Amino acid sequence: MRRMRHWGPGLLLLSPSLILLAVFVYGLIAWTMKVSVSDEHTARGSEGFVGLQNYIDLFTNDINGRFTHSLKNLLIFTVVFLGGAMLLGLLWAFILERGVRGEGFFRTIYLFPMAVSFVASGVVWRWLMNPGKDANAGGINAVFTGLHLDFLQNTWWTNADWGMAAMAMPAVWQLSGYVMALFLAGFRGIPKELREAAAVDGASTYRLYRNVIFPQLTPVALSALIIIGHMSMKMFDLIMSVSGAQWLTEVPAVYVWQALLTSDYSKAAAISVILLLLVAVVIVPYLIYTNRAEKNR
Amino acid sequence: MTSTSVEAPPTPVTPEPQKPRSPRSVTAGTIVKYALAIFFLLVVLMPAYVLIVTSFKSGSEIGVTGQWNLPKEWTFSSWAKAWDALQPAFLRTFQLAIPVALISSLIGAANGFVLSRWRFPGADVVFTLILFGMFIPYQAVMIPLREIVTTVGIPPGIPTLVFVHCIYGIPICTLIFRNYYATTVPEELIEAGRVDGAGLLRTFWSIILPISIPGFVVTIIWQFTSAWNDYLFAIFLSNTRNGPITIALNALAGAQSPDYAASMAGALITSLPTLLVYILLGRWFIGGLMAGSVKS
Repeated sequence: MRRMRHWGPGLLLLSPSLILLAVFVYGLIAWTMKVSVSDEHTARGSEGFVGLQNYIDLFTNDINGRFTHSLKNLLIFTVVFLGGAMLLGLLWAFILERGVRGEGFFRTIYLFPMAVSFVASGVVWRWLMNPGKDANAGGINAVFTGLHLDFLQNTWWTNADWGMAAMAMPAVWQLSGYVMALFLAGFRGIPKELREAAAVDGASTYRLYRNVIFPQLTPVALSALIIIGHMSMKMFDLIMSVSGAQWLTEVPAVYVWQALLTSDYSKAAAISVILLLLVAVVIVPYLIYTNRAEKNR
Repeated sequence: MTSTSVEAPPTPVTPEPQKPRSPRSVTAGTIVKYALAIFFLLVVLMPAYVLIVTSFKSGSEIGVTGQWNLPKEWTFSSWAKAWDALQPAFLRTFQLAIPVALISSLIGAANGFVLSRWRFPGADVVFTLILFGMFIPYQAVMIPLREIVTTVGIPPGIPTLVFVHCIYGIPICTLIFRNYYATTVPEELIEAGRVDGAGLLRTFWSIILPISIPGFVVTIIWQFTSAWNDYLFAIFLSNTRNGPITIALNALAGAQSPDYAASMAGALITSLPTLLVYILLGRWFIGGLMAGSVKS
């Protein structure tokens, strides 16, 4: 009874949120899963149970392999987005960490794209990634022709094979600053004594970073990878803004929207569940890991 | 974890004489450092330059030639056109983002306080379950969400969006406040309240809330920015007549052959509030960003 009195008020304060999240996160996910195993393929709906048929159809029976195509797009996008944002973020943090005059100014500018929505930045990136070439060159291509680097001209996201790599450029632009901020926090968190000890040992700058500093950044790098990775899998706004919903640049998150527009609820639900599983595979171990790490402190 | 490199080479017994650093190599490194820093500065600013320059051109000056040039004639006509198209949605978005920021911050503060102090059994599991809610792809709840919202009868557009942003903002706000309280509120303060016979609610209301301003600044900025910049909920749960500014901007800029000058002025108008928040309150803005990576 005393325990109840001890925990009671806290639970009471917490309970509205817990109920809301139980319903609107877990309840609705369960509901989506139910739709994904039924055959609601039209607005009129039908509640028939079809098992995993909708999932199987996505992989084996989708017109023109549309779903696997969207997964391929997502994979290219994610590789470029992750690689680009991690490399630039680390590089920027490294430069600023080495001491630069006006560091605050550089940091503010590098990070500012984070404050802008993908929808707004999509407007300018669509213009920058103008696929016109030579006489019709616009955007970045016009810069290349102006610099007599014509061979660098590109059709950007309109390229059927590698367009998604170009689509990742705005995302890299927008989130490298975030990765930088994470790494800067990581650099700041390294105890001074560690650097001093290395200096006393006569370690060269290279060895200092290679053997002392970078290993200390592993947890930060992991956080950055997970955050960027899961953002990438959910990417929707940017693609809708740059190219709109179209075959060339379709990813699962956009496909869900398209399937809903045609009232194919079960298909949309099945894609959503796959998307959720993709994210969960990354996020759940991460949450468990951070939970443990916190306990061990 | 804290030990320095194990496989360091045996250090020479006599320390190397401190060579005077050759000024040339120092300069070279410094030059490379600054060159890179400035190069990336320009790359990051390039889209901003395009946005600003193009927005001050008239629709007729938008052609293939001279795209990167400054306007021949600076004009506000594209800004006026964009403002006409966006103005109703611009005001609506304040009606969305301000309530969302305040309500979800208050909920987050209450939850964060409880979770930072009351270690009831399974608290960690509950906290992890809460956190998972901020990582889910919202598509996974969108189909039933649309049905519920219409069945329950919440007015479409802004009220619906306030409702969903508050709910799905609970995890991040709870996380930010939990970390804030765990690191900044001393146990003695709460102990003192308890000795005075204050219950949990009283303690929260009269002792904790007054010292929570920094936490509130972070969550308010975070929620304001997310609600302002959101497009996913907006497109699923509203339309151009009752939706926020991202929907209106997309309608303005997404046409088959968009008026780029007006689109870019529109993109700037859309971004101004969040950019202002970032410039004026950058330190706290970054605080929210850091919280997104879960660790305190």
